[in-house]
Amino acid sequence: MSDAVQEKIKNYRTAPFDARFPNTNQTRNCFQNYLDFHRCNKVLSAKDQDTTPCDWYRRVYKSLCPISWVQKWDDQIEAGSFPGKI
Amino acid sequence: MAHPSQLGFQDAASPVMEELLHFHDHALMIVFLISTFVLYIIVAMVTTNLTNKFILDSQEIEIIWTLLPAVILILIALPSLRILYLMDEINNPHLTIKAMGHQWYWSYEYTDYEDLGFDSYMIFTQDLTPGQFRLLEVDHRMVVPMESPIRALISAEDVLHSWAVPSLGVKMDAVPGRLNQTAFIASRPGIFYGQCSEICGANHSFMPIVVEAVPLVHFENWSSLMLEDA
Repeated sequence: MSDAVQEKIKNYRTAPFDARFPNTNQTRNCFQNYLDFHRCNKVLSAKDQDTTPCDWYRRVYKSLCPISWVQKWDDQIEAGSFPGKI
Repeated sequence: MAHPSQLGFQDAASPVMEELLHFHDHALMIVFLISTFVLYIIVAMVTTNLTNKFILDSQEIEIIWTLLPAVILILIALPSLRILYLMDEINNPHLTIKAMGHQWYWSYEYTDYEDLGFDSYMIFTQDLTPGQFRLLEVDHRMVVPMESPIRALISAEDVLHSWAVPSLGVKMDAVPGRLNQTAFIASRPGIFYGQCSEICGANHSFMPIVVEAVPLVHFENWSSLMLEDA
C-alpha cells in the first residue's frame, strides 16, 4: 500500500480533482489538506512510524494554498494559536 | 489585446472563448434578424396610405407569432446551456497557478514543485519601450505552458479584485480569505492581456494582467531562471 502511495507522490503533477470540493470555492480544499498533513504527521509520529504517506497532503496543500496563508498558519501553529483541530 | 475602435471580442486564445465567441455570433445574428424585421414592419405601417378597419381576430397569425418566438428561444437556449456545462467540465489540470490581488499589483505563485512566487507590477507609461502597450504591460508576466489545462486559483490579500483575461475567456473575482478556482487552456502561443475587473482603489486601472503562453520547454527554462533569480 505504501508503494502505491509512493508511486502517486512520485508522479505528482498538481493537485488532482477532489470530488469533495467540486465547486468554484476551493478554500476548504486547501485548508483540509493542510489539516490532514499535520494530523497525519502527528498520528504517525506518535506511533513512531514513517511519515512519508503524509507527503501527499503536503504536496496538495502546497499546490493549492497561497504562500501567505501557509506562513500565517505555520506561525500560528508555532505560537499555539492555530484555530483548527490537529 | 483590444484594438482601437474595436467592436467585437478579442481573438480567442482558448477553446472555451472560441465557443463563447461562436455562440455570441449566433445569438447576435438572431437579435439582428428580429430587430430588422420589426423595424421593417414599423416603417411599413407608418408609411402606408392603406387602412383596414375590419379585422377582428386571426387564429393563424396568433399561432405563428406564439410558436416562432418559442422556437427561437429554444434555438438560443440549447447552445447556451451546452456552453454553460462545457465551462464547468471536470478537467485534470497539469499545473496550478495562484494569482493574488494586492493594492495595486498581482502576484503569481507556482508551488507545485518549488516555491516560486513573484510580483507583477504595471510598467509606467514613461518607462515603456517602443511597441509596448500603454497601461497593459507588466514587469513580470505570468508564463504558462501552451495547450495544457491550467488551474488558476484566484484570491486577494486586501480588498476585492478580479482577474480577467478576455482572450482566454476568463474572469474570476479575487476575494480576501477565499480561493476561487477557474481553468483554461491556452490553445496557441502568445501574449494575452487583461485588466483588474473589480474596483479596488486609486490604482484599480493600473494593475493589468499579462499571460504569456509558451511551449513547455520554454516554460521549464523560464521557471528555472525565475527560481534562480528569487
